[in-house]
Amino acid sequence: MSVAKSIRHDSGPAHVSGAARYVDDYPLPANAVHLAFGLSKNAHADFTLDISAVRAATGVIEVLVASDLPGQNDVSPSAHDEPLLAVDTVHYIGQPLFLVVADSHLNARRAARLGRVEYSDKTPLVTLDQAIAADSTFGDPLRFAIGDAETALKAAPHQVSGQMEVGGQEHFYLEGQAAYALPEEGDVRVVSSTQHPTEIQHKVAEALNVPFHAVRVETRRMGGGFGGKESQGNALAVSCAVVALRLNRAAKMRYDRDDDMVITGKRHDFRIKYRAGFGADGKIESVIFEQFVKCGWALDLSHPVADRAMLHADNAYHLPNATITSHRLRTNTQSNTAYRGFGGPQGIIGIERVIEHIADELGLDPLAVRQANFYAAKGDLTPYHMEVTDSISKELVAKLAETSDYKKRRAGIAEFNAISPILKRGLALVPVKFGISFTLTFLNQAGALVHVYADGSVQLNHGGTEMGQGLNTKIAQVAAEVFGLGVEAIRITATDTGKVPNTSATAARSGADLNGMACKEACDKIKARLVEFASEKWGGEVVFADGQVRIGGHEMSFAELVSEAYMARISLSATGFYKTPKVQWDRAAGKGRPFLYFAYGAAVSEVELDSLTGENRIIRTDILHDVGRSLNPALDIGQVEGAFVQGAGWLTIEELRWAEDGRLLTAAPATYKIPCASDMPEIFNVALWDGANLEKTIYRSKAVGEPPFVLGMSVFMALSDALRAAGGEANIDAPATAERLLMAMQP
Amino acid sequence: MISFALNGEVVSANDPSMTLLDFLRLERGLTGTKEGCNEGDCGACTVQVASMESGELVHRAVNSCVLLLGQMQGKSITTVEALGGDHPVQEAMVEHHGSQCGFCTPGIVMSLVAAHREGRQDHADVLAGNLCRCTGYAPILRAAKAASEAPLPATPDEAGLISGLKGEGFTSLDEFANWYAKNPDATLVAGATEVGLVLTKELKQPEKLVFLGQISGLQNVEPEIGGIRIGAGVLLARVRGLMAGKYPQFAEMLRRFGSVQVRNSATIGGNIANGSPIADTPPALIALEASLTLRKGDARREILLEDYYLSYGVQDRAEGEFIESVFIPEQADTLGVYKISKRFDQDISALCAAFNIVVEGGVITKARIAFGGMAATPKRASAVEAALISQPWNEATIEVAQAAFAKDYTPMSDQRGSAEYRLILAQNLLKRYFLEQGSEARLRVVGGVK
Repeated sequence: MSVAKSIRHDSGPAHVSGAARYVDDYPLPANAVHLAFGLSKNAHADFTLDISAVRAATGVIEVLVASDLPGQNDVSPSAHDEPLLAVDTVHYIGQPLFLVVADSHLNARRAARLGRVEYSDKTPLVTLDQAIAADSTFGDPLRFAIGDAETALKAAPHQVSGQMEVGGQEHFYLEGQAAYALPEEGDVRVVSSTQHPTEIQHKVAEALNVPFHAVRVETRRMGGGFGGKESQGNALAVSCAVVALRLNRAAKMRYDRDDDMVITGKRHDFRIKYRAGFGADGKIESVIFEQFVKCGWALDLSHPVADRAMLHADNAYHLPNATITSHRLRTNTQSNTAYRGFGGPQGIIGIERVIEHIADELGLDPLAVRQANFYAAKGDLTPYHMEVTDSISKELVAKLAETSDYKKRRAGIAEFNAISPILKRGLALVPVKFGISFTLTFLNQAGALVHVYADGSVQLNHGGTEMGQGLNTKIAQVAAEVFGLGVEAIRITATDTGKVPNTSATAARSGADLNGMACKEACDKIKARLVEFASEKWGGEVVFADGQVRIGGHEMSFAELVSEAYMARISLSATGFYKTPKVQWDRAAGKGRPFLYFAYGAAVSEVELDSLTGENRIIRTDILHDVGRSLNPALDIGQVEGAFVQGAGWLTIEELRWAEDGRLLTAAPATYKIPCASDMPEIFNVALWDGANLEKTIYRSKAVGEPPFVLGMSVFMALSDALRAAGGEANIDAPATAERLLMAMQP
Repeated sequence: MISFALNGEVVSANDPSMTLLDFLRLERGLTGTKEGCNEGDCGACTVQVASMESGELVHRAVNSCVLLLGQMQGKSITTVEALGGDHPVQEAMVEHHGSQCGFCTPGIVMSLVAAHREGRQDHADVLAGNLCRCTGYAPILRAAKAASEAPLPATPDEAGLISGLKGEGFTSLDEFANWYAKNPDATLVAGATEVGLVLTKELKQPEKLVFLGQISGLQNVEPEIGGIRIGAGVLLARVRGLMAGKYPQFAEMLRRFGSVQVRNSATIGGNIANGSPIADTPPALIALEASLTLRKGDARREILLEDYYLSYGVQDRAEGEFIESVFIPEQADTLGVYKISKRFDQDISALCAAFNIVVEGGVITKARIAFGGMAATPKRASAVEAALISQPWNEATIEVAQAAFAKDYTPMSDQRGSAEYRLILAQNLLKRYFLEQGSEARLRVVGGVK
């Protein structure tokens, strides 16, 4: 067996020795040029540009403005509303105005600061309040509803209402955005750090006015993506391609970290208003949510992100009557984009706050309220009218409560708090139910290309991209499993639009689901040919295992069989294709089955809070997470641990702040703090739920990249619990910085 | 010409203002060392630098993105490529699934390699300057622990390689002092954790860089009658060790100052001279009544550190004058130091507080309280001190004194904290100091050292 094993990341040895190459590591021809953008310093203004000083700067070869571009001036993923270089008007601080081409990265950066720009100011809309007041939106609000929420709310024995702000999040992939392009006889080859090579191919082709076949895009690996490289790499790749063909020289562009943070979009910040009606046992009768989504200046992926927030407004809870309304606000800030969870976490935090509020109101342990509301194993409908048929929340949470000693620790914490005047502890259990599939149905497809060479070695290519999640390792395990080989016999090469076309973005929640199945189909085809050939030649049943093939009474190595098949002129190459079954979704009606299945999990976190300063630590976290039948437990646990810490960071220390003029104040790692080693829980127990996916996914596994991100919410809720113990206001906005926590404890 | 050893061979370079990272990647094609932030905050560019310190070869993990080649004279640099792939740290990182995207990994490996050499077990501290966005650190810490007991692999004879390497730069303190008196427009570079950013972020090119790292006269630590004298060029990593026994709360604050890499580059003199209102050593030093020896040419003068800071960006330092040493007078340890920041480790303080209060017979006889992050300079809380002196050491006194912070400070609001937050913190930290003096109980979530 090659699947269900903790095989190490295929790039591990290259990572630790520095041999693993990223975009900026490849040697380019000596005459390669380097690019940098001149950026807007005004959040909303008409402008005129004088670039004479830029042109005259040391090392500058040329400077491009919008009118120099040969084709479409657009790098948006869909709406055609995001020019590569601004025309007449700027919409946020950090928007690219002109493109510097220089002999070195440093010279390009230096020259980019020399543009003389005259702005005639317009009023910038920086905050949600400003955008709401100005009615600055991307289209009408979207509403999903089930039952009669207003009537049920009024009829319910108890009601609560409230509002919370939820901050955004900087991706902080360690490798900044980067791309290079090589001119190839009028065509272009682009190497990009992207989760979406096909989109890069399309944007480059549109910018060059050439058919897609004239553009080849490759991605070997990314130094982290997290959604931040789904659309945000377009601008660099297009710039490189345009310049490479214009000058017939290799062109490279990478953002310096601070530029990266100023230019690129982030997780959407949300405001969530809620009203809920419930019974004395905490059972929810009705919830009405209004979600206000800060989209930034351009649309990017804001609609599907905001949709997914609506689709997760129930989390793991059955809401018999619910109305969810989503407002998408346009502001003069970075255009917010995909980020691990893709709006799901923001949707979930709303209902988790409602649960906590109900528990406060009734004087119940929030866990009891959660348990009172879980979806039944099957039969309940979501607010978007999909029947939940695979819910394991009840059993999973019961087991975690037991293994984490929840009850006993709850009592112990009460005792601790009673005798500790300064330090207060808090405990919270937060579950997750996360929908798996793209909500744009057509994206749920994938391809693979498998070659078996005459020596029995296997080369494989698929449409997914490797950003650290171990996708290539998992896919290699699938191929190895089919052929009865060890994973070392499988080589996965860079993702390449020339090998597998028309791919979807690797949104990590479905990378292995889709591409694993496509790979299996391709391998199965080749295997079927080998079986047919072998049984005709030698007769009997054909079994592949341990690098050997048994055919009736014969046994030979896989390589020997392949060699024989080659001599007999058997095709040893195949493509595979997969499309997710069953999904169908009517977005306008808010009805259908947008997801093939749900992934479940839960986390219990205990924190200690300093009531004099707001400083706090995570003392212990226990996680039980559902990945179906794990393809690779070590990689899956790695995803769970990493997602949890990233999720906890989002809701605690990671704070984005903008000045009134729209300038991002936290645009460097000196001011924007992601978790470091000591921010991990002191005790950190992660286990995988033992159970198969009920749907026929690749070896019955489930997607793991995104769902456990939500589990970081247990830290936020545990801090709320500690605030209660300190006599503070528990229901605070996110992120729960030390400052926000301390202020919540002031009389 | 600058000469140094790189991965076991002697190399030379010409441009002293080029960063070590650019040299490695662009000039030498050593792309294993990564650029993550280009400002010393993420550690992806970590390399190991060995040099002779007081006659001993010392290995340190440092951020190569804000190190300048001018600082490398006579040193020996090891990058990830030289480890061979079978260093115990590398093997453990693979075995324990310590890499995901892999981009931070070479830096993490180099930090752990340097720590492994010293036999360190405080791996979360060792890695405070290495950000990883993928793993959540758990597998990395497991790998670090697994590798820590493995024997040290063989390495090149670095001491031999660097002995006698000749190159540019002052080695004599007297020569430097006289030169600087005549060239006051020069930019002094000690650790470059600040000057480096001028080059990498402001993209400015200071004309006259002068590197202080080879001047042994700035690196002395001398116990004197009545106290200890620390050369301005002494690394903060060493200062932490010096304070550990005598003023443990100062040392605990230094544990969280920057990161291993930053403390291995930054000097105590640089942290003081820089004049930043949020520098972390001045509050503790002021509370300890530290003084500076300022030198111009052959002339020296001594001033109290608190008098060095005149106003924002302005210090009592004449043209051509520099900080030669810091003197901390001998005293019983009554020092409390509190560093408050958004992230616990490797973060710039919202505020840093130091209290040094002496109580005799139940009455406060001495109070020195200083804060960073509360004013335009590191500043004493004179009104609070006045409210304490001669008063009984009790809760009522503390309450009265807390109110006096509003007279001492009008802090600003910025992305690290609001004015209101800072003022409440200041008051609460005085209370904490009071509670900690009379209690053995743990009163902080981290670092409550007695």
